[in-house]
Amino acid sequence: MALFRHGVRVADDWTFPAEGEAFPDSGPVALPRARLIAEWTALEARNAPLGVVIASGEKLDGLEAILPRLSLVKLVIPRYADGRLYSIARLLRDRYSFAGEIRASGDVLRDQVALLVRAGVDTFDVAHEGTARAIETGGIVAVTHHYQPASNDAAEAHAAPGARPWLRRTPVPFPLA
Amino acid sequence: MYRYDEFDHAFVNERVAEFSDQVARRLSGELTEDQFKPLRLMNGVYLQLHAYMLRIAIPYGTLSSRQMRRLAHIARTYDRDYGHFTTRQNLQFNWIRLADMPAILKELAEVEMHAIQTSGNCIRNVTADHFAGAAADEVGDPRPYAEILRQWSSIHPEFTYLPRKFKLAVTGAPNDRAAIQVHDIGLELKRNAKGEIGFAVFVGGGQGRTPMVAKRIRDFLPEADLLTYCEAILRVYNLDGRRDNKYKARIKILVHEMGEDEMRQAVEREFAAIGRTALTLPAEEIARIQSYFAPPVLATLPAHSDVLDKAKAADPELARFLRRNLHAHRTPGYGILTVSLKPTGLPPGDATSAQMDVIADIAERYSADEIRVSHEQNLVLPWVCLDDIPAVYAALKRAGLATPNAGLVTDIIACPGLDYCALANARSIPVAQRISERFAALDRQEEIGELKLKISGCINACGHHHVGHIGILGVDRKGEEFYQITLGGSGDETTSIGEIVGRGFSSDEVVDAVETVVETYLKIRTSPAEKFLDAYRRVGEAPFREALYADA
Repeated sequence: MALFRHGVRVADDWTFPAEGEAFPDSGPVALPRARLIAEWTALEARNAPLGVVIASGEKLDGLEAILPRLSLVKLVIPRYADGRLYSIARLLRDRYSFAGEIRASGDVLRDQVALLVRAGVDTFDVAHEGTARAIETGGIVAVTHHYQPASNDAAEAHAAPGARPWLRRTPVPFPLA
Repeated sequence: MYRYDEFDHAFVNERVAEFSDQVARRLSGELTEDQFKPLRLMNGVYLQLHAYMLRIAIPYGTLSSRQMRRLAHIARTYDRDYGHFTTRQNLQFNWIRLADMPAILKELAEVEMHAIQTSGNCIRNVTADHFAGAAADEVGDPRPYAEILRQWSSIHPEFTYLPRKFKLAVTGAPNDRAAIQVHDIGLELKRNAKGEIGFAVFVGGGQGRTPMVAKRIRDFLPEADLLTYCEAILRVYNLDGRRDNKYKARIKILVHEMGEDEMRQAVEREFAAIGRTALTLPAEEIARIQSYFAPPVLATLPAHSDVLDKAKAADPELARFLRRNLHAHRTPGYGILTVSLKPTGLPPGDATSAQMDVIADIAERYSADEIRVSHEQNLVLPWVCLDDIPAVYAALKRAGLATPNAGLVTDIIACPGLDYCALANARSIPVAQRISERFAALDRQEEIGELKLKISGCINACGHHHVGHIGILGVDRKGEEFYQITLGGSGDETTSIGEIVGRGFSSDEVVDAVETVVETYLKIRTSPAEKFLDAYRRVGEAPFREALYADA
C-alpha cells in the first residue's frame, strides 16, 4: 500500500490497532467504528489525534457526536465497484462539516481518483501499483468540467453568476485535493 | 434543441480524451479485460458475441438532421452500413473495432453527441416522450427537465458506482408514452391546484427478472427541487441498495424490501437534510434551458388541410399510412409522423445509412430539422405541416420507410437476442421477423387494431416483454430455444405486468401461438372498438389459455 496525502507520497503516522490489541498511549490512533464508540471515554482522555475506520457497508450512525473530535476517517474499499463510500464521504463533508482527513483505502483505480476527490476524499491509501504510479507522476487524466456541485466545492471554480449554477470547474493540472 | 456551449464541448472532449487513454491502456495490455470492462461499459462499449458494440446516447431521443447524418456516416465508415435504434432511444453499432472507438467518439463530439453512461452501473440516458413539445395532450415539454437531469447525472462523482444501472424517464403528458412506471425514477410533469409546474415522482419500477410497477412517492414536487429530490433518492439507493446479488440490486428491490412508506420517508428525510443548495433550480435558469426547446416558428394554418384531403382521397395507401402513423399535434395544420422501422420481415429498429440520410433530408426540409427516436424503436418527425405530408410520404416510401403499422401487431419491439447478445438465451429477431411476415396483410393488421407485441431473448427483458400486450420471453430449455407468452402487460399510464399464460412454445410453435391469441381476441371482443388490452382486462387469461392449450 502507498499513501498519498494531497498527491504527495507520505509515511503513515497513524496506528490502526488490530482487534483485541491495546491502543498505544500516545500518537494518532484510529479504531473501527464499534470499538471507537465502545471505548470512547478512555480514548478521549488521551491527548492525541483520534480516527475511525469505516468498513464497507457501515454508515455514520452513532458517530454524530464524536465526529467533531476526530481527525481521520478511513474508508475501506474492498472492491472499487463498491460505491457506497462516495456517499459516506459526501455526508461527512456536507452534512457533518467534517474538516479532518478522509482516506480512501484499498482497491482504487486511477480512473476513480478524481471522483473521490470531488466526493471529499483527500488521502489515498492505494493497493494498485498503476494507481500509485499515476498519482506520483501526475498521470491522472480526468474530466475537469463538472455538471454538479460536489463536496470539494471551495476548491472548484463556479460559473459566472446567472448561468447554470450547477456547473463547476477543477483547476488544471488536476490537483489531488 | 439543446445546443452545446463552450463548457459542454470542453466536457465531452475531455471525456473523449479520458476514454481514449483507457482504450490505449487496454490495447497496450496495461489493463486486463477484467479491469477494462467497467471502464468501457461506462462509455457504452460492450463486448458482444462477435464484436465490440458501441451504444451512442441520444438524450431524450432528440436528434438534428446533422446528427443523424453523422450517425449514417459512422455506420458507413466504421460498421456494416446500418445501426440499431434501441428502447432507450439510443443507437447501437454492432460491429465496431475497439481501435476505432476514439475516432468515432471524436466524430460524435463534433456534432454534440457522446456515448457517456449508455451502460454501466450508473445513471443511464434519460428518456422522454418521443412526441415531447409537439403532442396535443401535453402539460409541458419534458425535454428541458430531461436535459437538466442529463447534465446533473453526467459523471456524477457520487453516483458512478451504484449497486446497479439506474434509468430515469420523464413524460409531459397524462397519456404516458415514456413508460415512466417501469423506470427506476419516473417523472410526470403536472400542474398543481395553484397552476404551478412540478412532478409526480415514481420510484422503483423496472422489468428484468423481477418486474415491478413503480410506487408514487411524491404527488407534487416543485420543479425547483427536481435535482435535489433525485439526489436524495440516489443517495438512499447508493447507501442502502443491495450489493450482495446483482439480480437484487436495482432500486425496485430496495423499495420492495423497505416498503413504499419507509422508502418515501427515507427520501423525504434526505431531501430535507440536503436543503437548498446550488442544485435548487432558479426559475430563470429553467426558463433559459426551456428556450432551447422552444417550438420552431410554424405557420398559422387551419386545422384542416385540403391538400392532404385530396391526396388521401386519391391514394388509399396514403390514407392507410395516415390512419396509423399520423398523430395529433398541438399546432393546427401540423402533424406528428411515425417513421416505422418495422418493415415486414426485417429486424425491428434497424436503419441503413442510406435510410438515415433520407430521414435527415426529410427532417431538414419538412420537420424543422428535428427527428425523434421512440422507445418503441421507431423514428418520429414531430413538426410536419399537413400540406407537406404527401411529399414526405412519397419520400419515405421510396426509402422503404412508409410501413403503415405504428401501434399494430407488426410494430414489434425486440431486443437483439442471441444473434448478437452475450446474455441472451434465445433469438428474438428471427421470431419478430416471422411474426411480421405472418401478419403482413395490412387489412388484417388494421382489423386487429392496437396491439403491442414485445420480445425479449432473456429474462433481462430488454425487449420489454413484461409490458407487451402480448409479451414473448425467450428461454433456454435443455439447449433448445423456447418462448413463454405473457398477456396483459402495458407500459402506459395504466401500467401492468403481463402474466404468463402457461408452458412455453418451441421456436416452430411460437408464431402459431401468437396467432391463436390474436384470433381468440378477435372472437371475444365486444366490438372492433374494444382494443386487445381492454378485452384482456375484461375477460382475463382463461379464454386465451384454453385456446392455446386446448390440445394439451
